[in-house]
Amino acid sequence: MTTWPILSVTTFLPAVGAVLIYVMARGGDEAANRTARWIALWTTIVTLAVSLILVDRFDPANTGFQFVEQATWLATGIRYHMGVDGISLPFVILTTALMPLCIVASWKSIARRVPAYMMAFLILETLMIGTFSALDLLLFYVFFEGGLIPMFLIIGIWGGPRRVYATFKFFLYTLLGSVLMLLAIMALYWNAGTTDIPTLMQTAVPYNLQKWAWLAFFASFAVKMPMWPVHTWLPDAHVEAPTAGSVILAAILLKMGGYGFLRFSLPMFPLASHDFAPLVFVLSAVAIVYTSLVALMQEDMKKLIAYSSVAHMGFVTMGIFAGTMQGIHGGVFQMVSHGIVSGALFLCVGVVYDRMHTREIAAYGGLVNRMPLYALVFLVFTMANVGLPGTSGFVGEFLSLIGTFKVSIPTAVAATLGVILSAAYALWLYRKIVFGALVKPSLATIKDLTFREGLTLAPLVVLTVLFGVYPKPVLDFSAASVQNLVNNYASATAAIKAAALP
Amino acid sequence: MMVEAAGYQLLPVLPEIVLAIAAMVLLLIGAWCGQRAAGLVTGLAICALIGTGVIEYLLPGGRLTTFGGSFIVDEFARFLKILALLGSAATLVLSREFLEDQSRRMFEFAILVMLSTVGMMVLISAADLIMLYLGLELMSLALYVVAASNRDNVKSTEAGLKYFVLGALASGMLLYGASLIYGFTGTVSFAGIAAAAKSGSIGVVFGIVFLLAGLCFKVSVVPFHMWTPDVYEGAPTPVTAFFASAPKIAAMAVFTRVVLTAFSGVVAEWQQIVVFVAIASMALGSFGAIGQRNIKRLMAYSSIGHMGFALVGLAAGTVEGAQGVVLYLVIYTVMTFGAFTVILAMSRNGQALEQISDFAGLSRTNPLLAFFFAMLLFSLAGIPPLAGFFAKFYVFSAAIKAGLFALSVIGVITSVVGAFYYLNVIKVMYFDERAEATDAVHLELRSIVAATALFNMLFFAYPGPLVSAATAAAKSLF
Repeated sequence: MTTWPILSVTTFLPAVGAVLIYVMARGGDEAANRTARWIALWTTIVTLAVSLILVDRFDPANTGFQFVEQATWLATGIRYHMGVDGISLPFVILTTALMPLCIVASWKSIARRVPAYMMAFLILETLMIGTFSALDLLLFYVFFEGGLIPMFLIIGIWGGPRRVYATFKFFLYTLLGSVLMLLAIMALYWNAGTTDIPTLMQTAVPYNLQKWAWLAFFASFAVKMPMWPVHTWLPDAHVEAPTAGSVILAAILLKMGGYGFLRFSLPMFPLASHDFAPLVFVLSAVAIVYTSLVALMQEDMKKLIAYSSVAHMGFVTMGIFAGTMQGIHGGVFQMVSHGIVSGALFLCVGVVYDRMHTREIAAYGGLVNRMPLYALVFLVFTMANVGLPGTSGFVGEFLSLIGTFKVSIPTAVAATLGVILSAAYALWLYRKIVFGALVKPSLATIKDLTFREGLTLAPLVVLTVLFGVYPKPVLDFSAASVQNLVNNYASATAAIKAAALP
Repeated sequence: MMVEAAGYQLLPVLPEIVLAIAAMVLLLIGAWCGQRAAGLVTGLAICALIGTGVIEYLLPGGRLTTFGGSFIVDEFARFLKILALLGSAATLVLSREFLEDQSRRMFEFAILVMLSTVGMMVLISAADLIMLYLGLELMSLALYVVAASNRDNVKSTEAGLKYFVLGALASGMLLYGASLIYGFTGTVSFAGIAAAAKSGSIGVVFGIVFLLAGLCFKVSVVPFHMWTPDVYEGAPTPVTAFFASAPKIAAMAVFTRVVLTAFSGVVAEWQQIVVFVAIASMALGSFGAIGQRNIKRLMAYSSIGHMGFALVGLAAGTVEGAQGVVLYLVIYTVMTFGAFTVILAMSRNGQALEQISDFAGLSRTNPLLAFFFAMLLFSLAGIPPLAGFFAKFYVFSAAIKAGLFALSVIGVITSVVGAFYYLNVIKVMYFDERAEATDAVHLELRSIVAATALFNMLFFAYPGPLVSAATAAAKSLF
């Protein structure tokens, strides 16, 4: 079909852009900053364009991996193997689509060390796309862990006052989870003689190894996701990260956890997944209810959204481990939708932060009087965050709730309670910031969205509403792959269900 | 080639002979011309080291032995000898600037490094206990002197003395262990010991313990690590860089050869020792480094930890494990050498900077140096896609295959603890306020830093040749 390695080009194009910035944006003056910004913007736009070719040529009916590329790497069993299917491609597109917006959002708000900032973002993009398109476990791990380096620097250099604490916590938490996964990867390698993902999916793993490997993978993905009780790095990282860093963290990096569950835990360790599903249900239900309650108590806008992210990721894990078509499909959709909505919410916070330099909820109020357009945009995303029908947030939550209801009614009930709580905190936040009289003197001169800010938010508004009323494109895209995953999972677990029945 | 004397094939030992003769010739040149020849002698010494590496590479392939089987050249020896030679040559490149200082000018430094390197080569090729001891002592005696080479500095002389006293103690233990092993097996050759020591008799086990104690001292692992921070801090920085690279390679190589060839029949006996030493070193290396203020002391703890990681591969006792050790040594040497070059490059108004706080704001004053150092530190922490990650991957993968799960879990957790102090240095460079500008960095140092950092960053793209060379080296031991 293709004669050129389109997936590798998509993956490594941003890295080329980073090198280009290093070469071109010399001198550390304003001109260098401008060059760096433009190169970064064009690189991300071209990457997006190339990734859209992937969408165009993708065959949604095919359950296998497409755009497959192979090359020798470390050993016969550890190869450079790339490819995407209906589950990973949406995340690739999400990444490439959000990156230009992040670059534009950082246009003015990042004023120091701009070339380094842009390089870090571009390298991060390469690593994120690589994570979603790697078809070799070790290659996946390299991309997955490599992302820590640029993110560590982004939070640490361009972050807020407590950035050092936040970035160390982020790095060490994630690393601790991941090294255990690395050991499990080695164990799988010696079990099957390869780290090739498609091969491993076909390989039966002994139950004992499944159990330990599942736990090790869980340690990594649960931290990344993040699931209660290992979520505490997230609010800190979000609060201290610069706006675009928060967007990427919420929209893409958190999705790696969910993607990992879908790509590894369910297909490779079906028996362990089945046995540990109750654990995941309990943790998800606690996450949804508890972090929603915590969100109600927050005084910092970013922290509130960060806790709401943890709650929303609870829906994803719940849906995934329900193991039903609706649950998994809902989980995938919820991740895409949350990527758009939470990213947009952080951009909205960034808009007022750039003006007032505070994220305290109490410092705002009555913005609707001076920022009507902003109020409207923020309303759309707040509603999507609540899960109002007609926004993309509804579709994912609804599907994952149905999927879970079939398997575990108590979990679904608890999660539904969380939906109500999410309405409480999100509307409360909106009311405090946007409604009421504009009495604070500091806000008297605040300006509405600029053209640049409108440009970053407009596509996200469109997508949120579009996927809310017409979710078919995303759902169709992943339907075949999800169905395949569900079938394999069902047949693998059918045996133990049958054994448990008599 | 007909190089035969006293009835022994001399071809296998040709590189050692060449290097030893070169050292003596240079000694004569130095003695004749006095200290102003220091630069010339150093330059020639670098050429001699590289030339010896080339000869080593050109030796006929396969397994060569001489001196009645007590000297062996196989893929393993060849690979690690070339590595040690490169490490020594790079040390001399580093020390050129250091030796240019009038007060420290001395041509003996290069000659001592060369003689020490001859010792390392003998050590790596040792196939019996006598040759092992001979190589070890030749290597160590030269090292004791270079540790104290900054004669007017109290810390440097203290480092030299400390190293000498403790080193002598370790040699004594090693000899005692060797004599026990000889007594209970009736032979000193590794092959003979392997044949005789099938079941671990108590005497052989005692011998192993003492022998390994001596070797542990040389690779500086817990509980024989105490000298490391003091010597690393006290010795001049180029010497510290040397300590951390070539002698470690040689000592680790002989450690690997002894346990895998001489004691292949009593794996369970030495495995528990190695497992304990590895765990203790990784833990002490990680936790001990956290409180350090001096970057050289930090690197000392880091090297203790890294040797612990290398021993994880050895603990597996398999061909994968040996391959892991070899790869670990290569990558560790490059990383640590790069890091020490950066430390050497750090000076302000001619004063060497050794406190971690001196690195504050380096990313603003010298962005490229800071970036390379950050990459080296991330690599030392074992973060992919840098080379240090692959080094750890191979050793832990071997341990997992051998079923050493507890060791692996403890190992990776200590590596997370270790990541903390590397990150702390990066934090100082990147997140802290800018300090005064540092001096311009010499071309030699810049190129070594760039070469080592780029190796680390790009290893993932083309790992094939190095991995297969390491595999070949490991296979030759079995």
